[in-house]
Amino acid sequence: MFCEKAMELVRELHRAPEGQLPAFNEDGLRQVLEEMKALYEQNQSDVNEVKSGGQSDLIPTIKFRHCSLLRNRRCTVAYLYDRLLRIRALRWEYGSILPNALRFHMSAEEMEWFNHYKKSLATYMRSLGGDGGLDITQDMKPPKSLYIEKAECIKDCKGSAKTMGADLKDLSLDKEGII
Amino acid sequence: MTEELDPTAQDSDGGSEEVVLTPAELIESLEQAWMNEKFAPELLESKSEIVECVMEQLDHMEENLRRAKKGDLKVSIHRMEMERIRYVLSSYLRCRLMKIEKFFPHILEKEKTAHEGELSSLSPEELVFAKQYMANTETYLKNVALKHMPPNLQMVDLLRSVPKPDLDSYVFLRVKERQENILVEPETDEQRDYVIDLEEGSQHLIRYKTIAPLVASGAVQLI
Repeated sequence: MFCEKAMELVRELHRAPEGQLPAFNEDGLRQVLEEMKALYEQNQSDVNEVKSGGQSDLIPTIKFRHCSLLRNRRCTVAYLYDRLLRIRALRWEYGSILPNALRFHMSAEEMEWFNHYKKSLATYMRSLGGDGGLDITQDMKPPKSLYIEKAECIKDCKGSAKTMGADLKDLSLDKEGII
Repeated sequence: MTEELDPTAQDSDGGSEEVVLTPAELIESLEQAWMNEKFAPELLESKSEIVECVMEQLDHMEENLRRAKKGDLKVSIHRMEMERIRYVLSSYLRCRLMKIEKFFPHILEKEKTAHEGELSSLSPEELVFAKQYMANTETYLKNVALKHMPPNLQMVDLLRSVPKPDLDSYVFLRVKERQENILVEPETDEQRDYVIDLEEGSQHLIRYKTIAPLVASGAVQLI
């Protein structure tokens, strides 16, 4: 049946859990493109026959092949695009240098896409604010307290310490606080 | 410590007005922008002025900390504060980038057809990033697959293939300014549209599309 190979590509990604990047199925892609070429050529010759001979009972077959072509294209593009999304996630997970195991699963063109993406992201981050920019791939989680200790106030700290935007802390005598 | 920070806003006469925000107010507006961006299904207006001012503020704090006495209790508290602010700012910018990457054909299309004076949803740097992302992806797809396909199939309309943001998704909000006569459109054919008033301080769960302009104007806060 047509589009089997294309469906297999999609299924391959569907089975891989999120974040995982299976090896690039170069063979599979090639087979889908070959099938598309064959379908197109068959359609071309049939269309010519219809135009010259007027054999209109070929038209359903032509339409069917055209649908298969569209499906093949859709599956292929979905496969490639989904892989790009996974690769993009790798930049945020692992940073600019990818582990070798993952790199072996990427095609040369995917690597190129990744490099362009990296560069684009770096340019954007450098442009933030004044001098150095801001590395937004850091600070992925809300900050934990710097110390988690109980501090006992042995001296009355005359009121409170001010922090920007946060509540005033009450540092009166004998109060235990978690800083 | 009140500093004159300067998000220059254009008013309708084309003049610019300087808004003086205390640091506390600045951080509050950052947090509001952050929460709105997190919960809205689409990319919201770009708040470059807030980003710039916050970055400036972080630089000032860094300066002050460098000059301060070591071991001073205030140092650790201020450092915590800086980490917190940096986290919120990074999270806000990350959220925007994610949406830009997710909806890039639609966002770029909107930029193209935006009218003069309409506020952009992209900062200039974000626009550059978005365009590069699109070019990168299009080139990749073309070279790896599309150019090997039959001639009549080589063009893929990304506007049709990439999903649009779901503006019908539901959001929680808190009302900041009283609103009257908000038209709620029906979801199914059996319903009819109706009008509601939003009282100040009330909280609602409502379809995003209905209140999108109120988020932009600051009349409601997504929570």
